[in-house]
Amino acid sequence: MTLNLWDCGGQDIFMENFLTNDESKGSSTSSNIFRKCEVLIHVFDVEGKEVQKDIETFKRVLANLRKYSPNVKIFILIHKMDLIQVNKRQELFDLMFNKLRSIALDEYGFNIKGFATSIWDESLYKAWSSIVCSLIPNISLYEQYLSKLNGILNAREIILFEKTTFLVISSTNEAVVNSKDLDPKRFEKISNIIKTYKQSVNKIRTNFSNLILHGKNSSIYLEVLTSNIYIMIILDEDAGNEVAIDYELDDENLVLEDIKIARELFERIETKGRLPSEVT
Amino acid sequence: MDYTDNSLDQSRATILLMGLRRSGKSSICKVVFHNVQPLDTLYLESTTKPTTENFQSLIDLAVVELPGQLNLFEPSLYDSEKLFSSIGALVYVIDSQDEYLSALQNLAVIIKYAVSIKPKIHIEVLIHKIDGLSEDFRLDTQRDIMQRVGDDLLDYGLEGVQISFYLTSIFDHSIYEAFSRIVQKLIYELPALENLLDLLMQYSSFDKVFLFDINSKIYVATDSSPVDIQTYEVCAEFIDVTIDLDGLYETKGGKGMRPTRCVSKLQNGVTLYLYQMIRGLALVGVSRLDDGEDATSMSVIDYNVAIFKRSLEKMWEKSKNLEQGNL
Ligand SMILES: Nc1nc2c(ncn2[C@@H]2O[C@H](COP(=O)(O)OP(=O)(O)O)[C@@H](O)[C@H]2O)c(=O)[nH]1
Ligand SMILES: Nc1nc2c(ncn2[C@@H]2O[C@H](COP(=O)(O)OP(=O)(O)O)[C@@H](O)[C@H]2O)c(=O)[nH]1
Ligand SMILES: [Mg+2]
Repeated sequence: MTLNLWDCGGQDIFMENFLTNDESKGSSTSSNIFRKCEVLIHVFDVEGKEVQKDIETFKRVLANLRKYSPNVKIFILIHKMDLIQVNKRQELFDLMFNKLRSIALDEYGFNIKGFATSIWDESLYKAWSSIVCSLIPNISLYEQYLSKLNGILNAREIILFEKTTFLVISSTNEAVVNSKDLDPKRFEKISNIIKTYKQSVNKIRTNFSNLILHGKNSSIYLEVLTSNIYIMIILDEDAGNEVAIDYELDDENLVLEDIKIARELFERIETKGRLPSEVT
Repeated sequence: MDYTDNSLDQSRATILLMGLRRSGKSSICKVVFHNVQPLDTLYLESTTKPTTENFQSLIDLAVVELPGQLNLFEPSLYDSEKLFSSIGALVYVIDSQDEYLSALQNLAVIIKYAVSIKPKIHIEVLIHKIDGLSEDFRLDTQRDIMQRVGDDLLDYGLEGVQISFYLTSIFDHSIYEAFSRIVQKLIYELPALENLLDLLMQYSSFDKVFLFDINSKIYVATDSSPVDIQTYEVCAEFIDVTIDLDGLYETKGGKGMRPTRCVSKLQNGVTLYLYQMIRGLALVGVSRLDDGEDATSMSVIDYNVAIFKRSLEKMWEKSKNLEQGNL
């Protein structure tokens, strides 16, 4: 998957340029950026002072998209939620989002999704994860197989990442008795750690292909799964003793073997769009 | 080996940090030993009295910072003779972005005094804050400073002083490299350690191995092949990746007795290898394994690294016992 991200200037002058559709001016920016557009992420400042104007802009964007990219997927971020009192957030979000949703659906026929976000907590990261997820075909098949895999491995957690953004696209932790023990910000942290690692080995002009950690708290396996996806498996450490190294390597090989099998299946989902019959 | 040598007394592990005010002494301590981000040193308060900080690594280190504005020979503030006679290394920090002539005068006076008390002392000069100088200018500056210090020492009639120069900055790995070398000179067992690491290389297909202090990212020893700064950086950062990942799924009670081990294959055929040692140390190595014999060579590496760890334990026990016997 390749993501071409356009960060569009929001100042009036740019918006005018994007949105004016004067064919006589020749090819304006407008038709360019709205053509072949697959995703729109429209950010609303929850404390925005000019609500009416923001909505007008949003409508003009929708009009352009209906014309040039009718199959576009549209997401709304109601952003800077941290500025709102905690107990008022849900109410305010519902109010704003419902208004935008009905505009998009009733007037332009678009079905939109919305997220309440802030750069100060994990909400923004989660929103991006769901957005990237919704762009991956057959995501539900990956999820199905992921829990099957966990049935075999009995892992503390298994996580799938998108390869370029390191956003989590799927995870399972059924085996965990008490999910409160898991750090709610862990996905974001993992993404950052792995991103840092990638940049680090970039200095010697390469990338990593896997990582196996036997730590104090758990064993962690990170592997390339398909051309788009990394997998991370977190296994609990059973014995607190210094385990013989040979034994550890045997364990390792078992997990690696399972990942190999998973890889074949996931690759098939990626190319054929379905699970091979023997697994479904 | 001659264990009665007095280099085994406590003094070997004290590093005295000196330099004019705002040359960067406190910043260096914060960044190297306390994992402070370099930019966060911008507004450090000026140090007004001698401060001592203790660190435990393979050896016990004490870093003493003398405030730059202090008159060295003001006897009321501290016992300079006692202090100087007990240190292992004298680190003098020069701000290379500033006019440094007065710093050099100060340095010459200090060297003269230090050598009079402890003739064999290592003098380590950090030509610091080089991030602000162009590549060419760095070398010119270093040449100029070395020349002037040499002349000053001649004027004082001092010859054969052990003095080293380092170009450093807290904004890259140069400060870690410099401190690694400075600390290594204080480790009595260094030659034996280097020997062991060379042996390990020879028998287990490593291209480079470092014995790191996990906290500070100083390496207390490495094999005898030259250090390439990029390899050092990647290894140091691999420690952080390992620790950060392991911290994500913390279990209460922290039962884990086994040493941390982390192995990562890179796409260019290189394998990064980390194995936890004793006393806050980790062995980090870079290896090139042939694809076909991955599994067996990895067992060989694990086996040899375990032997290395045991030797390290023994070596440390021995030196500890001797030290206690010496007191
Ligand atoms: N309180 C708060 N401020 C934010 C948040 N996200 C961005 N900001 C601030 O909003 C301002 C504008 O952000 P910027 O990304 O430049 O907006 P752009 O013009 O849409 O690209 C900056 O001062 C940001 O620090 C958020 O979630 N909460
Ligand atoms: N550009 C640059 N500034 C540095 C460096 N090291 C320290 N500084 C700055 O120098 C100033 C004085 O540092 P400080 O540690 O208080 O000096 P001290 O008086 O010798 O302890 C601080 O503002 C630091 O941010 C460096 O390597 N490069
Ligand atoms: Mg200071």
